[in-house]
Amino acid sequence: MNKILKYVILDIVRNKIVLSYIAFLFIITFGVFNLEDNQSKGLLSTLNLVLFIVPLVSIIFSTVYIYNSSEFIELLLSQPLKRKTIWLSLFYGLSISLIIAFVIGTGIPILIFFPDFTGIMMIIVGVFLSLIFVSISLLAAVYTRDKAKGIGIAILLWLYFALVFDGIILFLTFQLADYPIEKLIMAISSLNPIDLSRIAVLLRLDDSALMGYTGAVFKEFLGSVTGIVISATILILWFLVPLYFSLRKFKNKDL
Amino acid sequence: MKPIIIRLIFFSILFSKSFTVFSKTIYAGKNQKIKSINQAISIATAYDSIIITEGKYFEKNIIINKPLVLIGKNFPLLDGEKKYEIVSIKSNEVIFTGFKLQNSGKATMTDPAAIKVYNSKKVIISGNIILNSYFGIYIQYGIDCKIKDNKIIAHGTDEQQIGNAIHCWKSDSLIISGNYTKGHRDGIYFEFVTNSVIWRNISKKNVRYGLHFMFSHNDSYISNVFENNGAGVAVMFTNNVKMYNNFFIYNWGDAAYGILLKEISDSYIVGNHFSSNTVGIYLEGVSRSVIEKNIFEKNGWALKIQASCMEANINFNNFIGNTFDVGTNGTLVMNNFNSNYWDKYEGYDLNRNGIGDVPYRPISLFSMIIEKNQPALILFRSIMVTLLDKSEKLIPSLTPENLKDEKPLTRKINL
Repeated sequence: MNKILKYVILDIVRNKIVLSYIAFLFIITFGVFNLEDNQSKGLLSTLNLVLFIVPLVSIIFSTVYIYNSSEFIELLLSQPLKRKTIWLSLFYGLSISLIIAFVIGTGIPILIFFPDFTGIMMIIVGVFLSLIFVSISLLAAVYTRDKAKGIGIAILLWLYFALVFDGIILFLTFQLADYPIEKLIMAISSLNPIDLSRIAVLLRLDDSALMGYTGAVFKEFLGSVTGIVISATILILWFLVPLYFSLRKFKNKDL
Repeated sequence: MKPIIIRLIFFSILFSKSFTVFSKTIYAGKNQKIKSINQAISIATAYDSIIITEGKYFEKNIIINKPLVLIGKNFPLLDGEKKYEIVSIKSNEVIFTGFKLQNSGKATMTDPAAIKVYNSKKVIISGNIILNSYFGIYIQYGIDCKIKDNKIIAHGTDEQQIGNAIHCWKSDSLIISGNYTKGHRDGIYFEFVTNSVIWRNISKKNVRYGLHFMFSHNDSYISNVFENNGAGVAVMFTNNVKMYNNFFIYNWGDAAYGILLKEISDSYIVGNHFSSNTVGIYLEGVSRSVIEKNIFEKNGWALKIQASCMEANINFNNFIGNTFDVGTNGTLVMNNFNSNYWDKYEGYDLNRNGIGDVPYRPISLFSMIIEKNQPALILFRSIMVTLLDKSEKLIPSLTPENLKDEKPLTRKINL
């Protein structure tokens, strides 16, 4: 497994996309922190970047990578290796390289400008988002044989999590405006890793005071130990479950 | 001519001398013949001066019931032992200056204060230090009184457990100037106080409001600093208030406002500085008022204007770095925005006269949405909201049509 993992990581680093991803993240994060005179504002802009770019790059890069290495996978399968080992190595390879890229590109500037728990939380959130979207992309790739369709599905999934889901929530808040729906909305939002990450970080910033009563309800939940445990569990489930299903499919897949 | 002037000067000297002949100065203190302040007051006649020297005095309640001048030398300490009202002024023309007072009693029925003025005129309370008291300085039915340069500090944590630093009730023509208040319930409290001035005070870290202002017509407050108070400043049910050149800083929290205005009319808010407040100014039921030449900086909302406001003229202000510039709760707009500088303005100025050619709409779609629908705040700072706001800016459909600045300035106003 270590050997395959090493090959995968080397291969990813060699194709330079990840290197330019690091450079891109680093320049933008540094730029944002330098542009904003208020550090907290800088962190907010970085948050938007993390919530927007990290899932997008993770999901598309991984999907394309899986399709492109289909021959490599076939070659590996001809060797006496377990399918599980191969698939997990791919997952680890992709996620480790993307996480390292994120930690170098965004983590270092954050730690320079914001070296406290909120900054560390941002980094943790980014790491989780990378993991989750790599795992979702594996699921998308394993279920569709056609490359174009697979990438299309990956993009649609990203759109769903980044935009459509929020639209649905907005719709729900208007439909159920007459009821005390804060807790319900909180529960629904936590079904989306991007929303959950955004709220968790936002509540740690000064701006949370703008969220008034709603913010207070969320703060009470996310500030408590149960809240933290539940949201961490949800984030972990978000990459374990797609990974499990993709693995199950890959094991029985007729390549 | 000359002899007349000389004669006048001569007579005026003679005249003023004659006063000092009739009034005397009494010394009281630990090393003096008269040991207690109460004793000094009882032997004094009207218009005498009492000078109290350094020391600690436990005199229970000191009642000043004749016109006297009380001067503390090197801040003699008057202690209320957490049981008594320390000084009660029940006479006109009392001057009380240079004392240190601490630990006034606490009672919700009688509201004891460190210094309380009852139905009196022309009282001057200046240069005192008041520590850990229930109420600091309390004026009821006072006319023409001055509260100057006092330092009033407590460490209140709960609204119910502590009184106000400077509390004025049913009074007229007061001057409150140069005081420093900290850690009380309200820094300065005005109820039914008219024709008064609040000038150059600093009100910090009070549990509730920095300044609390109700039914107090024709007052002005000028050049004060209200910083980091639990709920900022509230001005309610008042006509003709003038608020000039004040600083409202860091009143940050779920229910904190730079100023909360409720049922205000014919008032002026000019030249103030609102910085880092959750809401800079919250206006409800405000009519015929002018908000001009203020700086709104780094607030959550610079202005929250409820639809119940009428003829509020908001002109020549600088809006810089606020999360939301303006929020409102309805589509009816009867207020005017003109010639303000908005840092979020994205229009152009073809003839370079400093006035943007496209009107600016300070209300974002999302601030409309959350005003109607609080739980939607869960989408705060999400990507979809940013997109919605952008598209609404291009083609306004849901935000109030009339709420716009027709002549937005392209450069910051020098204020």
